Amino acid sequence: MITDAEPIVTARIGKPQSWTLQSYLDNGGYDGLRKALTMEPGQVGEEVLGANLLGRGGAGFEAGKKWGMLRKAQPVYLVVNGDESEPCTFKDHMLLEEDPHQVIEGTLICAYAVGASQAFIYVRGEFALGLERLSAALNEAYAFGAVGGNILGSGFSIDVVVHPGAGAYICGEETALLESLEGKRGYPRDKPPYFPAAIGLYKAPTIVNNVETVSNLPWIVLNGGKAFAGLGVGRSAGTRLFSLAGHVKRPANYEIEMAKTTFRDLIYDPRLGGGIREDNELKAFVPGGVSAPWFGPDQLDMPLDQDAVGKAGSMLGSGSVVAMDDTTCMVRAAWRITRFFHRESCGQCTPCREGGGWLDKIMRRIELGEGREADLDLLLDVCDNIAPGLSWPPQKTTICVLGPSIPSSITSGIRMFRDEFLVHIKEGRCPFGR
Amino acid sequence: MADDPVQITVDGKAMEAKPGEMVIAAAERGGVYIPRFCWHPRMRPVGMCRMCLVEIKGPRGFALMPACYVPVADGQEVVTDSPKVKKAQDGVLEFLLINHPLDCPVCDRGGECPLQDQTFAFGPGESRFVEEKRHWAKPIPISPLVHLDRERCIQCSRCTRFADEVAGDAMIDFVGRADMTEVNTFPGRPFISNFSGNIVQICPVGALLATPYRFRARPWDLDVVESTCTFCAVGCRMALQSSSNRLIRHLGVDSDPVNHGWLCDRGRFGYEMVDNPARLRNPLVRTGDQLVEASWNEAMTAVAQGLRRVRDSAGADAVAVLGGARLANEDAYAWAKLAKGVLGTDNVDCQMGDGLPAEVVLGLPRATIDEACGADAVLLLAPDLKEELPVFYLRLREQAVEGNLKLIELSPQGTGLSTHAELRLRYRPGEAAAVARALAAERVPEEGAGGVSAEDIGRAAEVLAAAGSVVIVLGRPSLAESADTIVDAAGVLAAALPRATFLSALRRGNVHGALDMGLAPGILPGRVSLDDGREWFTQAWGQVPASRGLDAGGILEAAAAGRIQALVLVGADPACDFPDRALAATALANVGFTVVVDLFGPTPPGGSGSHTRADVVLPVAGYGERPGTTTNMEGRVSRLNQKVTAPGTSRPDWMVAADLALRLGADLGFDSLDDIALEIERLAPSHAGLTPQLLARPGYRDGVMVPLADGRPTEADRPREAIEVRANQAHLGNVLPENDPDSDARLDPLAGAPAPPVAAPPMGRPPVIRFRPGAAPPKAPPVDAYSLRLVSGRNLYDAATAVQRSPSLAPLAPGPCLRANPADLARMGVTTGDRVRVSSSRKSLVVDVAADARVLRGSAVLAFNAPGEGAAELIDATQPVTDVRVETVKAT
Amino acid sequence: MARLTAENVQRARQLIALYPQSRSALIPILHIAQEQDGWLTPDAMAHVAELLEVDPAEVYGTASFYDMLFTHPVGRHLVSICTNLACLLNGADELLEHAEERLGIAAGGTTPDGEFTLEEVECIAFCGAAPCLAVNWRFFGNVGNDDFDQLVDDLAAGRLADDVPPHGTLCRVRRRVGLTAGGPPGTATDEGSKSPQDTAT
Ligand SMILES: Cc1cc2nc3c(=O)[nH]c(=O)nc-3n(C[C@H](O)[C@H](O)[C@H](O)COP(=O)(O)O)c2cc1C
Ligand code: SF4
Ligand code: FES
Repeated sequence: MITDAEPIVTARIGKPQSWTLQSYLDNGGYDGLRKALTMEPGQVGEEVLGANLLGRGGAGFEAGKKWGMLRKAQPVYLVVNGDESEPCTFKDHMLLEEDPHQVIEGTLICAYAVGASQAFIYVRGEFALGLERLSAALNEAYAFGAVGGNILGSGFSIDVVVHPGAGAYICGEETALLESLEGKRGYPRDKPPYFPAAIGLYKAPTIVNNVETVSNLPWIVLNGGKAFAGLGVGRSAGTRLFSLAGHVKRPANYEIEMAKTTFRDLIYDPRLGGGIREDNELKAFVPGGVSAPWFGPDQLDMPLDQDAVGKAGSMLGSGSVVAMDDTTCMVRAAWRITRFFHRESCGQCTPCREGGGWLDKIMRRIELGEGREADLDLLLDVCDNIAPGLSWPPQKTTICVLGPSIPSSITSGIRMFRDEFLVHIKEGRCPFGR
Repeated sequence: MADDPVQITVDGKAMEAKPGEMVIAAAERGGVYIPRFCWHPRMRPVGMCRMCLVEIKGPRGFALMPACYVPVADGQEVVTDSPKVKKAQDGVLEFLLINHPLDCPVCDRGGECPLQDQTFAFGPGESRFVEEKRHWAKPIPISPLVHLDRERCIQCSRCTRFADEVAGDAMIDFVGRADMTEVNTFPGRPFISNFSGNIVQICPVGALLATPYRFRARPWDLDVVESTCTFCAVGCRMALQSSSNRLIRHLGVDSDPVNHGWLCDRGRFGYEMVDNPARLRNPLVRTGDQLVEASWNEAMTAVAQGLRRVRDSAGADAVAVLGGARLANEDAYAWAKLAKGVLGTDNVDCQMGDGLPAEVVLGLPRATIDEACGADAVLLLAPDLKEELPVFYLRLREQAVEGNLKLIELSPQGTGLSTHAELRLRYRPGEAAAVARALAAERVPEEGAGGVSAEDIGRAAEVLAAAGSVVIVLGRPSLAESADTIVDAAGVLAAALPRATFLSALRRGNVHGALDMGLAPGILPGRVSLDDGREWFTQAWGQVPASRGLDAGGILEAAAAGRIQALVLVGADPACDFPDRALAATALANVGFTVVVDLFGPTPPGGSGSHTRADVVLPVAGYGERPGTTTNMEGRVSRLNQKVTAPGTSRPDWMVAADLALRLGADLGFDSLDDIALEIERLAPSHAGLTPQLLARPGYRDGVMVPLADGRPTEADRPREAIEVRANQAHLGNVLPENDPDSDARLDPLAGAPAPPVAAPPMGRPPVIRFRPGAAPPKAPPVDAYSLRLVSGRNLYDAATAVQRSPSLAPLAPGPCLRANPADLARMGVTTGDRVRVSSSRKSLVVDVAADARVLRGSAVLAFNAPGEGAAELIDATQPVTDVRVETVKAT
Repeated sequence: MARLTAENVQRARQLIALYPQSRSALIPILHIAQEQDGWLTPDAMAHVAELLEVDPAEVYGTASFYDMLFTHPVGRHLVSICTNLACLLNGADELLEHAEERLGIAAGGTTPDGEFTLEEVECIAFCGAAPCLAVNWRFFGNVGNDDFDQLVDDLAAGRLADDVPPHGTLCRVRRRVGLTAGGPPGTATDEGSKSPQDTAT
C-alpha cells in the first residue's frame, strides 16, 4: 500500500533551482531552524526523541537516543555523514545536489540541540556536483546569517565546514570517517569505546548522523516529534527514502511512509518501481544495501519495517533495494559484491583483509568455470571464520561490520541458489553465458 | 581506589589484574598465554590482527573480543579455550598464511618466528588456498640497515606504530588499502632513524630484516646471554647472541626501569666493532718508527720500565692516566687503585674534557630515569638526547608526547626534543648560567638574560614553581662552551630549586662507573673526595696521592708544556675526542712515554689519532668478551656478561692493571673479578651492600641503584621471567638461559667467592661527596659583529671508533656541515650548499653550509666529531666560548 | 615537478584554518594539489607534508588509501565506469568492454596521448541511471555504447569543457568566509599559522 503521507525530505525536490537559497526560502526554508532557536536545546532533543527518528545511514539507531549518550565534556562536534557509498544507495547523493540547504538546516538544528561547537559535513569525494551545490549553499547560508556567529540573531554560534572525502567506502563507517576527517587513513576504530558520542573527533564527544537523518529535522521541529512518530508503525516511524535499483522499470529514490508499504509495493506499484523490466520474474532482491542478506520473492510482502526485516534475518540498512530478475547469474552477482568488499576492506583486520581476497578468488573461479566440489563448503567455512555462525546481525571477528558483511551475498547465494552454484561447478562454465 | 587490583576469571581461573591493563596482559601474568601478533606491551594497542580473539562476557552474553584491546574489569569472565575461540584463532592463522610465502627455510626469522610457531602448534596441516599468492618485489632496502620483504608482512603495524609513536620518525607508513596494503617509505626517502633496528626486532615475521644480519645465522645456532649495553650511558639491557664464538646480533631486552626493550642502532649494531677483524691480537712495542708485535711479557716490561723511569726522575705527578669509561666497574677500580694507590698520581680522568667534573655528577642529588619520566617538569640543560642518549630520549619523549610532563629546554640549539618542549630557552652560547640566575631571581630582569626573553624565563620559572617534582637533566649542551658555565648554572639551579634532583647526561658508556670508581682527579672509589677518603684509603691501600691532580684538560696542557712525561691511555683517544684537537695533538707530541690500552691499534695503521704515538699498545677484551658490572647514567649497576672470547692474547683491563702493579713492586690484592667486586663492596662507600650475589638474583637483572639504603636496594626487585622477554621481543625468550636462580649462580663468576684479602679499615666509612658551588667563572666576552659563536654537539654516528669500526654504521655518519641562521648567512652572502671557510683561533676548515632557521642568530652549529673535520678542530678549550668567522670559498 | 603554487599555498593555509587540528586539512589540500597537477607529484606531497608538519610518508600513506588520489600521472579525462550490482544488472560489463575497445586501453590504462584514463569503479551512487559512469566525477547515466562514443568525441573535441573540468578539479565553488563563530577554545588559527620557523626560538 502506498500511503498518502506527504513527503518530508523530498518535498522541494523538482522545484526549479531547488538548491538555491531563494528557492529554499520560498518553500519554507530555515523556518525549522528559526523555531528551534526559540526552543531550549534540550526541548529540541526531546522532540527528536519523541519522533522515533531512526538513523538513516545504515545502523538504524535512534537519533534522539544517540544525542542523549553524549559524554559531558567540551567541545562537542557534529559530523554529518554524506559519504554514501553503500552500493546501490543514491539518496544522500540526491539530497546533497537537490536540497543542500535542507542538509545545512538539519545540521544546524542538530548542532544546536547537542551543543556542538563546530559541525562538519563529510561529503563523498566523488560527488563533485553535490560538493559544489553544498558549498555554494553554505556560502549563501553564511551570508544570510544562518551559519556563523550569532545565527539568525539567536546568540547561538556555529561554524559548518564542508569536507570532501577522497574515495573509500569504509569512510562511511562512522569511526573511519572520523579518522579520515582527522586527515588519516580511513581505519575504523576498535571498540571500546563503542560510540563516538563518548570519544569521537579529536577524542571529543561527537555526534555522527547521516545526511537523510538530519534532513528530517526541520520538519520534525516544525511539526513536532509526535507528528513524525504518527507516521509509520512503531519504531519504524516517519517516511524514509528508498533507493530502488536493478531490474525494475522505474529505478529511482522513493520517499514512502515506513512499515506501511511492502517490498512488493515498492517494486511493483506503478507509481513506484513499476514492476520488473520486460515483465520478467523476480529472482531475488537486496533489501537494504549489498551488505544485507538477500530476500526471495516469498518475502515480497514483508513491510518496509526495520524490525520486521531484522527479524527475518536481514536489514533495511542503507535503504537500497535492488531487484534481480530471472536472467541474473547469482554467482556473478554475489561475486561482484564480494569483489566490492574485497577492494574496499580497509585492510586492518586479518579476516576481512585476507578473507575478502580469498572469497573473491574462489567466487571468481566458480563463475569462470574452475570451481570444485569442495568450494561451497570452503566458501561457507571461510565466511564462518569472518562472521562466526553466519547469523544476521552478524557476530564479528573484526573491528567493524564491513568484514562480516562480506559473507552476506555468498551465503544468501548458496542458501537460495545452491543448484546454480553447482551447475557452474559441474559444467565448468557460467550457464548464463558470460 | 583506582589502583586497587580487580578480579577476573580466565578459563575458570581467578586472577588478579591491574586496573587499566588489557585482558591479554593480565591473562599472561596469570599463566594463560593468548596468541597475538599486533599487540606489543610497550605500544598502544590497535586490535588489528585479531589473533587474540577470546570470548568475553558482556551484557549480551559471551562475544568474541580482542584480548589486547579490552581492558580488564572487575568480575570479568574470559574464555580462551572454547571451540569458538579455537575456530576463530585458527581462522585468523589460516588467513595470515594464505598469502604468506613458504620460504621459511631461507628466512632469517625461521626458527624464531611466532607465525611459524603458531602454525606448527595449531595450524592446519594442509592449505585450502589453491590460488596464486600475492606478489611483491622481494626484499627492498628501506634504509641502509633494514630490508623489507612485503610478501611476508602480516600488516600488524608494529613497525609503523613504533616509528610514529615511539621514535617519532614516521618515515614508514602503510601504503595502499585492503590486501594490497604494504609498508613503505615516501618514494626516495629512506627510513633514516636512530632506532630503525627496533622494527626488525618487533616484526613478528621475517618481513623486516636487519641488513647486517641477513643470512648470517640460523636462530637455533645462536648462543645467547643477557648483558647491558655500554655504547652509551643509558645502559639498555640487551641479549648478546653469538655463533661460532663471534658476536652476531644484539636484541633489546625489556628492562622496566631502563629501556623498555628498545635499543638505538649504534648499540644494536655496535657488535660489529667487537667482531672487527682489525682487532689487535697481541701487544705492540715501539721499535724505532715502528710498532711491532711483542709478547705480553716484553710489552709489560717495557710499560713498567717506562713508567718507573718517569716516576723516579720526575715524580708521580709526571704520570697521568686518561680514560676508563670503556671499562667495567671492576676494571676501573683496578686502574684507580693502580694509579692512585701504586703509582701515586691523581692526574687521572675518565672524561675527555667533554663532560662535567666528578663533584657535580656525583655530588648533586640524583634522579633515576623513571623519576625523570615521572616528574612534573624536566629542565634539560643537556646535549641533544636523541643523538647522545638515544633510548633515554625515547623514554622522555613518550611522557612529553602524552602530556605527562613539561619539558623546558635550556640549550643554545634545537634538539630532537624541541618540538615536544613546553618552552625552548635558546641561550647565547656560554651564557647558560646567566639564564639560570634569572630563573632563580626574585624578579626576572626586564631585558631577559643570556639572549632569552624575560617572558620566556618568567614562564619557565612559573612552570618550575608549579611543578610538584622537578628533574634537571644535566650535561653539556655544547662542547664549544666551557664546562665551568654549566657547573655554575647547576649550582645556581640546585640552590634555587632545593627539591629538584639531577640526572646526569654524560654519554660515554661506563663513565658513571668510572667516576664512581675514582677515575677522576680529587676522587676516590665510592664517590668520596680525596680529602674525605684519605685516611680510609691510606689504611686500605697503603697510600693515596697527596693532593688533587689535573683533569683531562689540565693533563693535556701539562703534557704540552712537558710537565707530564708519561701518559697511559686506557680506552681513550684524546686526539679525536678532546674538544680542542690542537691542544691534544701538541700534548701527545710532547709526552715522552705513551701507553695505550685498547681494542685497536693506530688508525689507520701509521695514521693520525692518539695511538700513533704509542710506545706500547696493550690489547684488551672488549664488550661481550669479559664479565663484570657497569653503571648507567642513573647510577644503576648491572651485570655485563661474556659471550665470546677476546681475540688473540687480549685480556681484561683489570688484569693489565694487576700485572702492572706487580711489575711496579706492588700487589693490588686480587686475582679475580670476585675479589675486586667484594673489595669494592667493602671499600667504596657508595657501593656498600652491593654484593655480586645480590646482582645475580633474578629480581635484580635490571641492576641495582647505588648507593643502597642500609645495604638494601632502594627499588623493589623485578623478577623477570624469560617468557616476558619472549612476549615483548617478538621472540628470544626460549633461548635465554638466565631463567632460574640456579643458572644465575652458575653463570655468575662472582658468586660464592671467598672474602677478599683487603679488609675494611676499622673506622667509619668516609661520607659520599656533595657538590658545593664555587665562584662564578669568567663571563663570555661579547661576540664581535664579524663572528659567529660556535655551538657543537655529537651525532649518534660520528668519527668515533665504535662507529667507524662498525662497517654498517660508519657510512651513516654525516659529513661536516655548518648550520647557521639564514639571516646571518645572507649577511655573509652564502646560502645552503655553499662551501665556506670557518676559522677560529685554532684552525680553519672548509665545510658545507646550510641555512637553518632554528639556529639562533649570531651562532653557528657544527657537529663535534664528524668524519673529515669537526668542531673539535676549532674549539679553544682554554676559552669560555669559541668564536668563528665564516667566509665563502669561491667555487673551483 | 611542482610544489604548490603561491596561490595554492594560500588556499591550503585557509583550509588549515578551518579545522581544530591542521592535519584534518590533508585531504582537502591534496585535492588542491591534484587540481594543480592532475595527480599528486612527490614534490607536491612533500610540500603538503611541510605545510602540515607531518612526515611525507604519512602524506603518501594517507593519499594511497583513497581511490580518488593518484600518486602516478593520469589522463586529463578520468573515465570511471561503475560495474557494481545495479550497473552490472544493466550491462556495465558490456559497457566497460566497449569502452576498452573504443579507447584502445584496458581498465587502469591511459591513452598514449594522455587524454583518457579508464578505470572500473565501485558504485558511484547514480544507480537510478544504470549503467552509468563519471568523467572527472561529472556523472553520465544510462550510457549505451553509442552514448559512450559520442561522449568521448565530445570530450576530445572540448565540447564539454564547461561541464567537465580537467582531472583533479573537484569543487569549483570556493568557501567565501573563514570561521566566524569564534570556534572552540585553542583551535584552528594558531595551529594553522605555525610554521617551522616560528617554533624555532
Ligand atoms: C562499512 C560501513 C559503511 C557505512 N557507510 C555509511 C555511509 O556511507 N553513510 C552513512 O550515513 N552511514 C554509513 N554507515 C553507518 C555509520 O557508521 C553510522 O552508523 C551512521 O552514519 C550514523 O548516522 P545515523 O545514525 O544518522 O544513521 C556505514 C557503516 C558501515 C559499517
Ligand atoms: S572489518 Fe574490514 S573494513 Fe572493518 S576495520 Fe576490519 S579490515 Fe577494516
Ligand atoms: S588483535 Fe590483539 S594481538 Fe592483534
